[in-house]
Amino acid sequence: MLRFVLTRLGLLVPTFIGMTLVAFFLIRLVPGDPIETLAGERGIDAARHAALLKEHGLDRPLAVQYTLYIGRVLHGDLGKSMITQAPVLSEFKSLFPATIELALCAILFALLLGIPAGIIAAVKRNSIFDHGVMGVSLTGYSMPIFWWGLLLILLFSVKLDLTPVSGRLDVKYFVEPVSGFLLIDSIMAGDKDAFRSALSHLILPAIVLGTVPLAVIARMTRSAMLEVLGEDYIRTARAKGLSQFRIVSLHALRNALIPVVTVIGLQVGVLFTGAILTETIFSWPGVGKWLIEAISRRDYPVLQGGVLLIGTMVMVVNLLVDLTYGIINPRIRHQR
Amino acid sequence: MSAATGTAMQGDSGAPVGRFREFWGYFSANAGAVLGLVIVITVLLMALLAPVIAPYPPDLTNNAVFLKPPFWQDGGSLAYPLGTDAIGRDILSRLIHGARLSLVIGIAVVAISVLIGTVLGLTAGYFRGFYETAVMRLMDIVLTLPSLLLAIVIVAILGPGLMNAMLAVAVVVLPHYVRIARAAVISESSRDYVTAARMNGAGHLRLMFSEILPNCAAPLIVQASLGISTAILDAAALGFLGLGAQPPAPEWGTMLADAREFVLRAWWVVTFPGLMILITVLAFNLLGDGLRDALDPKLKR
Repeated sequence: MLRFVLTRLGLLVPTFIGMTLVAFFLIRLVPGDPIETLAGERGIDAARHAALLKEHGLDRPLAVQYTLYIGRVLHGDLGKSMITQAPVLSEFKSLFPATIELALCAILFALLLGIPAGIIAAVKRNSIFDHGVMGVSLTGYSMPIFWWGLLLILLFSVKLDLTPVSGRLDVKYFVEPVSGFLLIDSIMAGDKDAFRSALSHLILPAIVLGTVPLAVIARMTRSAMLEVLGEDYIRTARAKGLSQFRIVSLHALRNALIPVVTVIGLQVGVLFTGAILTETIFSWPGVGKWLIEAISRRDYPVLQGGVLLIGTMVMVVNLLVDLTYGIINPRIRHQR
Repeated sequence: MSAATGTAMQGDSGAPVGRFREFWGYFSANAGAVLGLVIVITVLLMALLAPVIAPYPPDLTNNAVFLKPPFWQDGGSLAYPLGTDAIGRDILSRLIHGARLSLVIGIAVVAISVLIGTVLGLTAGYFRGFYETAVMRLMDIVLTLPSLLLAIVIVAILGPGLMNAMLAVAVVVLPHYVRIARAAVISESSRDYVTAARMNGAGHLRLMFSEILPNCAAPLIVQASLGISTAILDAAALGFLGLGAQPPAPEWGTMLADAREFVLRAWWVVTFPGLMILITVLAFNLLGDGLRDALDPKLKR
C-alpha cells in the first residue's frame, strides 16, 4: 500500500510542474508586453516602462523568472489582481466557499437521484423505467447546461415566480460569514428567513450544475449493477433464498458502488467546468464567475492564479480518488 | 453515407460485404442509433441547403418586427415561423444557417484532434521510452485542468473568435485520442502480424501507419463520433461566454448569449437555439453509442 501511495504522489510532481509552466507562460503568451497590458489603455512612458520591467523582474532571463515565480507560488504568493489590487489568493479564498457550497449541493442532488435511478433501472432491466432512465440520462449528458439554466429561470422564476433569478442571498439579509457556507452560517445565526432565502437561491443553480453528473452517475450505477448482478455470488445468494431486496442492497450494491465512487471523483473537473457556466448564468458570486470576469477585464494575474489553484485542487482530488479506490478495491493496489 | 456504401458493396461477394452487413445488422437493430443517424443526416442537409431552405438571409434585419413571437402565439405570423430576435432577424433562418457553423466546428475540431492525437499516440506507443513519458505527462496536464477552463485560457491568450475557439477545443479533447491510439498500438505491436511485417523489412512508418493503425481504427472512430458532440457543446459554451464565434455569426451558443437579456420577455429567442444544440449533440451521442455497440459487439450488453 505504501508503495502504491508513493508512486501516485510521485506522479503528481511532474504534473504540478507542468501546470506551473502553463500558468507561468499564460501571461507571457498574451500578445503585447505584460507591462503595457498592466498599464492598460492609458499608455506608459519609456522610463517608467523600464522601471516597471525591472521592478517585476521581467528584464531577467526566462529561466530565472520562472524560478522566482515557483518560489513565490510555493510561499503562497500568487500575485495581485490588476483591478482590485487584492492578493489573488485572498480573493480566491473569499469566493471559493460559494463555489464549494454550490458544487456540494449539486453532487448531492446527483447522488440522491442518480444512484437509486441507476439501481432500479438495472434491477428492472429493459422495463419502461429502465428505458426512461437511460433516455433521460443521455439527454442530461447532452445538455448545454447554460441553456438549461436559462430554461429553468424561464419556468420557475419568470412563469411560476418560485425562485429568485440570480445571486446567493436576498439583499435584506446579512449573515456573518463563519464557514462561508450560507446554509450553515444562517442556521448557526438562527436566522430562519435568511436560511430560506439562501436555499431558494441555491436550488436552481444546484440542479443545473448537478444535471451532467446525475446523468453520468445514473448510467454508471446501472451498468456496474448489471455487471455485479451477473456474478456467481449473486446466484449463490439467490439460491440460498435471500429476498431480492437483500441481494440488491446488501450483496450487489457494495461492489457495484466501487466504479461509481471513481466516477464521482472524476466529476470534480466536470463540476468546475459547469460552475463557470452556472455561476455566469445565475450571477453566483463564486470562482467561476470571478475567472470569467477576469478574462473580460484582462486581469491576467487572477487568471494565472485561478488556473493554478483549480488545477492543483482537481489534481489532489483525483489523487484522493485513486487512493480511496485502492483502499476499497484491494485488487488495484497490487497491480502496477 | 451508409446506404451508398451498402449498394456499392453488394456487388462483391468477398469478406467486406460480410463485415459491413454484420455492422449494419447490429447498428440498425439499435433504434436510438438509427434515430441519431436520421437527425444527423437532417442537420447535415439543413447545413448544405441553408441558403435554399432558409426564408431569409441570416443577417437580414427588419426594423418593423422586433421580438415577434412564433406563429402559434398572439402577434406571431407565418412570415417568421419561429419569431424574430431583438433586431428583427428571422430566428428560423439563423438556426438553419447556424447548423453550418456547428457542423463545421464539430467536424473540424475532431479532424484536427484525431489527426494530431493519432500521430502522437501511435508514435508514443510505438517508440516508448522518454518520448512516450513526455507525451503522456503533457496529456495528463491537459486532462487535469477542467476542460472549459483550459479552453477559456487558450482563447484568452489567442483572442476570442471562432477559429481560436475551435483550436482551443481541439487541444482540450486531444488527450482522449492520444490515449486510445497509444493503448491500441501497445496491444497490437506484440501481435504476430506485426512481427511478420517487420521480418519482411517494413520500416517504422509502414509498421505504424499501414500495419498497426487500421487495426486500431474502431475505437478511434467511436471516439471521433462522440467527440463531435463534445466539440459542438464546448464551442457553443465558449460562444455563450462571448469567447467563441462573434456576433452577428448565427452560431447557436452566440445566439443564446445575445438572447440572455431578453429571457424575461421573449422566451423564443432563448429556447430555440438551445434546443438545436441539445438535439444535435444528442443525435451525435446516440450515433456514437450505436457505432460503439456495432463495431465492438463484445461490449454489447
